[in-house]
Amino acid sequence: MSRQILLGDEAVALGAVHAGLSAAFSYPGTPASEVLEYLIRLAGETKEFTAVWSVNEKVAYEEALGASFAGKRALVSFKHVGLNVAADPFMNSAITGANGGLLVVSADDPGMHSSQNEQDSRYYAQFAQIFGYEPSDHQEAYDMSREAFDLSERFGLPVMLRLVTRLSHSRSPVETRDARPQNELKKGVAKDWILLPVNARRRFGLLLDVQAELVRFSDESRFNFLKLNEGDRAFGVIASGIAYNYLREAVAGEASPPTFLKVSTYPLPEGLIRKLVSHVATVLVLEDGYPFIERQIKGLFGVPGKTVLGKLSGTLPASGELSPDIVRRALGRGALPACEASGLPLAGRPPQLCVGCPHADTYRALNKALEGIPGSNVFSDIGCYTLGALPPYSAIHSCVCMGASIGMARGASDVGLHPAVSVIGDSTFAHSGITPLLGAAVADTDMTVIILDNATTAMTGGQPTYGTGERLLRLIEGLGVAKEHIRTIEPLPKNHEKNVQIIREEIGHRGLSVIVAARECVQEQRKKRS
Amino acid sequence: MKQDIILAGVGGQGILSIAYVIDNAALADGLFFKQAEVHGMAQRGGAVQSHMRLSDGTIWSDLIPKGEADMILSVEPLEALRYLDCLRPDGIVVTSSTPFRNIPDYPDLGQVLEALNKAPRSVVVDSEKLAKEAGTVKAQNIVLLGAAAAFLILKETSLLQTIDALFRSRGMPVLEANLKAFELGKKAAGRP
Repeated sequence: MSRQILLGDEAVALGAVHAGLSAAFSYPGTPASEVLEYLIRLAGETKEFTAVWSVNEKVAYEEALGASFAGKRALVSFKHVGLNVAADPFMNSAITGANGGLLVVSADDPGMHSSQNEQDSRYYAQFAQIFGYEPSDHQEAYDMSREAFDLSERFGLPVMLRLVTRLSHSRSPVETRDARPQNELKKGVAKDWILLPVNARRRFGLLLDVQAELVRFSDESRFNFLKLNEGDRAFGVIASGIAYNYLREAVAGEASPPTFLKVSTYPLPEGLIRKLVSHVATVLVLEDGYPFIERQIKGLFGVPGKTVLGKLSGTLPASGELSPDIVRRALGRGALPACEASGLPLAGRPPQLCVGCPHADTYRALNKALEGIPGSNVFSDIGCYTLGALPPYSAIHSCVCMGASIGMARGASDVGLHPAVSVIGDSTFAHSGITPLLGAAVADTDMTVIILDNATTAMTGGQPTYGTGERLLRLIEGLGVAKEHIRTIEPLPKNHEKNVQIIREEIGHRGLSVIVAARECVQEQRKKRS
Repeated sequence: MKQDIILAGVGGQGILSIAYVIDNAALADGLFFKQAEVHGMAQRGGAVQSHMRLSDGTIWSDLIPKGEADMILSVEPLEALRYLDCLRPDGIVVTSSTPFRNIPDYPDLGQVLEALNKAPRSVVVDSEKLAKEAGTVKAQNIVLLGAAAAFLILKETSLLQTIDALFRSRGMPVLEANLKAFELGKKAAGRP
């Protein structure tokens, strides 16, 4: 047993290692990146397991599934929207099942600190009909991650662990225990893993059969507990994950705190919920993310004779992140005395491109090249360069999901929009820009794709990238883009005029052009120097 | 015994290094802690804050409720002001007076400092000047940590040991500059 300071992400990672992890895969994304960062660091030191960045989340999931097929314990981690990318293997892995324990770590971002939506991964666990954990603190993150692998092998199913930004990026000491040895190689049974309809029907039947057992396991889990206030039949609280902490914070020190149920596992612990609901007249549901528990309890018709409060009832805000202050209010506890705000208008300080960033030079050249062309549209993608939306650049018109810039530019071009420009980073291009570019190359779509090759995955802290430099150029050529319309620029102030000219020429070409703006990220350059 | 601190500044100013030193000092002192921080987008020149909770008992929330913060410790004056309504009525603000102007609408510095002086208790230090005096302008975060040290529930020896552990690998001149920055910050706060 030892005590270590860990981020929530790291506690999950170390729990997995101590459960006998053999392989881990991921694609960077806030707030999940630190799971694999930690595993890569540890694997580098111990050489005992594999931890690598994958090209995208779907690939990461499939790599982890392959390790599970081989009988080894595997982890795959990503941010919530990464699970959309991996949804196909994820859903089907509930049918194949897991051979070696398989843990799926999905980190949600309520409040959208660094994301484009607030989707709640618990719906995915329910959708696939697999078991899910939701830790409230670092110790649980570690303990649940360890337990998840045993559970995965016991039921022969992948298991999800849902994190939220606040826990992912909070640090606290964790008690760790001795590591379990890794599994021996033991191949999966082919008829379970070949999802031809004849096999898939049988496997799906098994998945349905095990559901009642999963509910029972949830009811008996040590991570869920019910504390009845025998003297108070009026009001009780169901709280999950990080919201449980806010509940305990708000009622700490009270002589007669309300009845509460801590929910940490899914499917819901139905027996415990029935006990709580039968004990009180009004139930308040506290959960970070969507009203997942609240909606299930309420159903279409509500609970006769009971009042269920939460996000659906308007007691809590339907969007954004919960906070101790919001939960205090919902519990009817008054605000604490505090200093007054200064009253000065405080200018916001949004994130911005670094001084000397190559993207800034590219945007200056692009803006200049598009000057005077009416109706031009720049479809952007996910990365630091999305900050080109902000002044002084105001250079882009869309940002939707990984790789969307190229597909959207093509769709817009196909219906007559000109010029249609796509802006995408090298890592995002490798992630999911290659396939839409292949289609556009075959069609010779009238559009200009600008690949911002800064040789790293910058926004998430500088993870490696798979399509950069010479390999990127060969890749573009290999997709069938005409060689004379593959251009390279070096985005530097001294090259501004030349770069504007090149961009103008390619926008003028009424077919597909790809311009690679190649210059290394200044943050990565700095890291190499120090 | 408990202490709740809001750490504030701008991405790149070393807020997380301050947090690292406090975390490890707390561990050495046998305290429990939770420290919530911001990663990702907000790091790129944006406002950065970290909620740091120290206690010898259970800590529930990772975030500090409004009115519970005992201290705002900021490497930048405007950023200190941003969290004033989180501070207890008898809380303390320890901040740099050196503005980080990377936005076009940065308010009048005189007004910012005046507003900070209205806090129940405040310690305002010229971290840029003191860090330069210590040998590196990068050590402004450690100047602020030094200025706050006397008001923390942590042992000073624990803080110094962690600073040592953090900077020794970067060479003796870096370590010495940071130790000096800590001392100068302490003196500037009127705590020799």
